[in-house]
Amino acid sequence: MKSVLVYCEVENQKVAGISQELLSAGKRLAQKLNCPLEAMIFGKELKNIESQIAPYGVDKLFVGDDTRLEPYRTLPHAALATEVLKKEDPQIVLFGATSVGRDLAPRIASAVNCGLTADCTVLDIGDHFVKKEKKEYKDLLYAIRPAFGGSIMANIINWDMHPQMATVREGVMKKEIFDKNYITEVVNIDVDKMVKEEDFVVKIIERHIEESDVNLKDAPIIVAGGYGVGSKENFQHLQDLANLLGGEVGGSRAAVDAGFIDHNRQIGQTGTTVRPKLYIAAGISGAIQHTAGMQDSSLIISINNDAEAPINKLADYVINGDLAEVIPKMIKYYKANAK
Amino acid sequence: MKPLKIVVLAKQVPDTRHVGPDAMKPDGTVNRGKLSTIFNPDDLHALELALSIKDSIPDTKVTILTMGPQRAADIIREGYYRGVDDGIMISDRRFGGADTLATSYTLVKGLQKLAPFDLILGGRQAIDGDTAQVGPQCADKLRIPQVTYVEEIVKINDTEIIAKRRLEKGIEIVSSPFPCLMTVHGSSPDCRSRQAKNVMKYKYARTKTELRSADELMLSLHKKRPYLTIPEWSVEDIEADITKIGLSGSPTKVKSIENIVLTSNETKILSDSDTDIEMMIKELIEHHTIG
Repeated sequence: MKSVLVYCEVENQKVAGISQELLSAGKRLAQKLNCPLEAMIFGKELKNIESQIAPYGVDKLFVGDDTRLEPYRTLPHAALATEVLKKEDPQIVLFGATSVGRDLAPRIASAVNCGLTADCTVLDIGDHFVKKEKKEYKDLLYAIRPAFGGSIMANIINWDMHPQMATVREGVMKKEIFDKNYITEVVNIDVDKMVKEEDFVVKIIERHIEESDVNLKDAPIIVAGGYGVGSKENFQHLQDLANLLGGEVGGSRAAVDAGFIDHNRQIGQTGTTVRPKLYIAAGISGAIQHTAGMQDSSLIISINNDAEAPINKLADYVINGDLAEVIPKMIKYYKANAK
Repeated sequence: MKPLKIVVLAKQVPDTRHVGPDAMKPDGTVNRGKLSTIFNPDDLHALELALSIKDSIPDTKVTILTMGPQRAADIIREGYYRGVDDGIMISDRRFGGADTLATSYTLVKGLQKLAPFDLILGGRQAIDGDTAQVGPQCADKLRIPQVTYVEEIVKINDTEIIAKRRLEKGIEIVSSPFPCLMTVHGSSPDCRSRQAKNVMKYKYARTKTELRSADELMLSLHKKRPYLTIPEWSVEDIEADITKIGLSGSPTKVKSIENIVLTSNETKILSDSDTDIEMMIKELIEHHTIG
């Protein structure tokens, strides 16, 4: 059947935010294609889980409920998802570009022998004329992603090996309730029948998941540092400013790689995508890897020694100077002028 | 502990991480000519993990496998310099233009020729695409378990390997039976440097294609020391189905590409003087951006 299918992540009866973002993105595609939106979710104690999924306009939900399915492990989830794909034959399948989605989606793409586009930031529907076949393919998925270090946006299509699959980055799709009373048909999967004992050979011995106190996505103000900050100690200036303004501290990939800041605070193409009302970039040159994750910020201040730093082109204010001098001055004058 | 047979999957990539000002054209796009090729960073971490296992389990053999054009033989030489036992290059024009599905098919045909093995290690992802797909796709085709984002090997015994995984929001310690495939996270230890004795031993290692343009001296050296000749596998050598490789085996196609140009709006250029900074702070407060 023609449909759009979304793989939903769940933990402790809570459907992941990225999955709800995907459901909204999937609904928009399904409306363009005039086809149903379907979802699948595998975990434990999933009674009434549809209440977190139906409002996004899901027509049919496949539920695999078994204690062995949570926390996520590759093989059983891949076995179940592959079965659902074979049964439903969807046109488009979407996964989050998360630790889970990026582990699972390629395994499934290989199993069903189809294409998979990673880390998309835009999804659309459109046509494509294949010159060699002299044939127009209608209603294809346009899976659009940054490529080559983020310097280009590539529109990736797949017309001959279905389904068309994509992983989508967290935070780029707008999550919106479609209809809070939407009725979803729930299909319970017979897990024992579809998953073999050997699918559980990988065992989880220990697991520590921090309910991260870092919430870059929702921070109204972000003070981010790059390699140019120079040291972990110098990042304290950024922290002081962020604390004063009620913001969060972030970093570029170079700053994370250099060990100046934790990887969970990385902003950019690999890392978190943010769009705060104020983004202060200190010692960040502005590789597109980084700017891809912050260019939609409402207001950007760049503090840099290098007047030619590419990020300055994006900035509303460019301060040519050393951040170790500039930031304390910003703190001083904020304290002097704020009411 | 019985010795392991480990295969490291490694890729030569353009150095997209160092897109410095010199690699940017005035219109804000990347000047690809300014990017050099490097050993994919995560794959170096995978190599280190393999070599550290070799250090701890006597008689363990590490083979490095790469697919790419001729210049990717540098990857094999680099592997030798750092301590691998063998290197194999999959190279054939017909493999060109492969997406991840066709790449994993090709690598798996090579791995099957190399079998049996206990452990396959590769980097989490390659910086030229950041897809992280080839590892899991190989594991699927080989019908073996995968353990992604490995940061550390906690323990190995004759039947299983226990590894620590680095996830977005934490860690997981998992065990897997052999054989299995692991992708290695960049947070694992950096790769050891080249060892002088290995560089001396292998600096004349060449593929047979490279030897075609070699001088007599090089050829006689290879005759005397057969280990210097890097095995090079073509489509026929790995018995690959021609419809599953290269462009024809790749479902994903690039429809169009748009260069991203950093857009400039009205930018206020300030100095680090007190006057300038106070003016900016006042404006931000006035516009309710802060305060």
